[in-house]
Amino acid sequence: MIEILSATALATVQDLGREGYLRYGVGTSGAMDRVALAAGNILLGNPENAAAIEIPVFPFHLKFRDDIAFALTGADATAQLDGMPIPPWWTAQAKKDQVLCLNAPNHGARCYLALAGGIDVPVVLGSRSTQLRGEFGGHCGRPLQQGDVLGAIRSTARSDAFTGSPLVDFGVQPPEVALPLGEADSSVDRSRTFVRVLPAAEYDCYEESSLASFWEQDWKITSQSDRYGYRLAGTAMVPKQALEQRSHGIVPGVIQVPPSGQPIIQLRDAQPSGGYPKIGTVIEADLWRLGQARPGTRLRFVQTTYEDAVSALDTIQDYLSKIRSLAELYLLSKR
Amino acid sequence: MMNRAHSDHSPRISLLGTTGLLFEAPGELDIRNQRRIWWLARQVEGWPCIREAVPSMANLMLIFQSPPRNLATVREDLLTTWNLGGELTLDGRIVELPVVYGGEHGPHIADVIAHTGLTIEEIVKIHTEPLYTVYALGSHPGYCYLGGMDPRIATPRRKVPVLSLPGGAVSIGGVQTGVSASTGPSGWNTIGHTDMAFFDPHRDPPALLAPGDLIRFRAERIIK
Repeated sequence: MIEILSATALATVQDLGREGYLRYGVGTSGAMDRVALAAGNILLGNPENAAAIEIPVFPFHLKFRDDIAFALTGADATAQLDGMPIPPWWTAQAKKDQVLCLNAPNHGARCYLALAGGIDVPVVLGSRSTQLRGEFGGHCGRPLQQGDVLGAIRSTARSDAFTGSPLVDFGVQPPEVALPLGEADSSVDRSRTFVRVLPAAEYDCYEESSLASFWEQDWKITSQSDRYGYRLAGTAMVPKQALEQRSHGIVPGVIQVPPSGQPIIQLRDAQPSGGYPKIGTVIEADLWRLGQARPGTRLRFVQTTYEDAVSALDTIQDYLSKIRSLAELYLLSKR
Repeated sequence: MMNRAHSDHSPRISLLGTTGLLFEAPGELDIRNQRRIWWLARQVEGWPCIREAVPSMANLMLIFQSPPRNLATVREDLLTTWNLGGELTLDGRIVELPVVYGGEHGPHIADVIAHTGLTIEEIVKIHTEPLYTVYALGSHPGYCYLGGMDPRIATPRRKVPVLSLPGGAVSIGGVQTGVSASTGPSGWNTIGHTDMAFFDPHRDPPALLAPGDLIRFRAERIIK
């Protein structure tokens, strides 16, 4: 079990998300960086969809109440376990009463803490993710608070065949290194994030000059950006005529343009329906990049095709398979 | 205003990234068109590539199980199925919602009075008269999109949204009316309140109401 020591807001329990309840008005929730969540679980031998803690505000402190293996993925929060540095994208063993400190990352927005076995909260409507608007799922349907105690599901995987001790102290290459995107190497220029976009229903309803600047300009991610959506600032988008849409289903990644002309990217806690015109959708394979893009930094949209967007999902699966093989090789080497 | 769904005679199919498709029916936002959408949803939800079919207002969102390699085939199948013209009549229950109009929990009734030029009694009479049809659920857990409001009480959405509207708020936004199911932001005009609970994640199904159900608002009290 772990105890949250920080009086922190906005850390939540998330898994890969809640599927199949959109028709009841229930959005998907789930980790903003699903690649990081899955990778943390793979490092520990958990199912990829096990629940972990998403931490967007630092510093964040917690205390281990038992011996347990954990993994840290996502933004590099220069973690320390009782003062001892823990590398990012790494798995380690915590002893009872040790304190883990996660500090403000130099880049990236969200850190994921996974526990061996996965965070033990009830499955509600098929998922352990926190549904903030509906106040259910996760830990009591709300963000974590100081003093909250969370347990882990008993892990059956990944212990040393002879000693029974957990296999830890190894890591993997983060996806921003393994899967670079954009004209500049993102590991060098962290102030700009490239994401691929597929045009959506109302794409053709904007002025040519607006469409050109949509692709060419740097969009600033404003401070009004969170799990619900990112509000962007740049040269306003101008429609050829005023647009009015009937309420319709939307998905995480949809880029809406409200009358102000400043786009909003709907994200994992967004409502599953809306009425604003949609200019495009950030492809599913790049949503993790958005999840790590911080307010104040810049976004650049890159036009893609459906075929390339589908292959990009395969590339992510290949990356996760590689991590899985690496973890298994490590396991074999210890036998 | 250009309303694309009205201006075209054929359905529009557009991509929602690699996550799904949006199918928009041509024609009016009326019960007949909505019955065709419900029927289409019933047909396509069994297709192997579809995880969920989500009806909304004269349109249908399809969420992929995994993105189909051959998108053109899915589009064709969707159009062919729509053109069969099937309608699904859902035998809804009639649910009566007692509403306290005006007062502390109906803070924007004055704006509706000002916009329509009607008295509070007239507004309540017009609002409680129809049997509203639940067209679809969306927006937040348990929220219903209703069809059938009398346009005489239509009132534009608020310029500045209310940040925290309580669950049970009965409101008017443009030509639509609805009841919020949980606390959250809203740009609609709140005219009253009901104590009904619309969503319980531990119940199956989790939502109290379903498409095809009928709602009647009953004036429990009018506070001037």
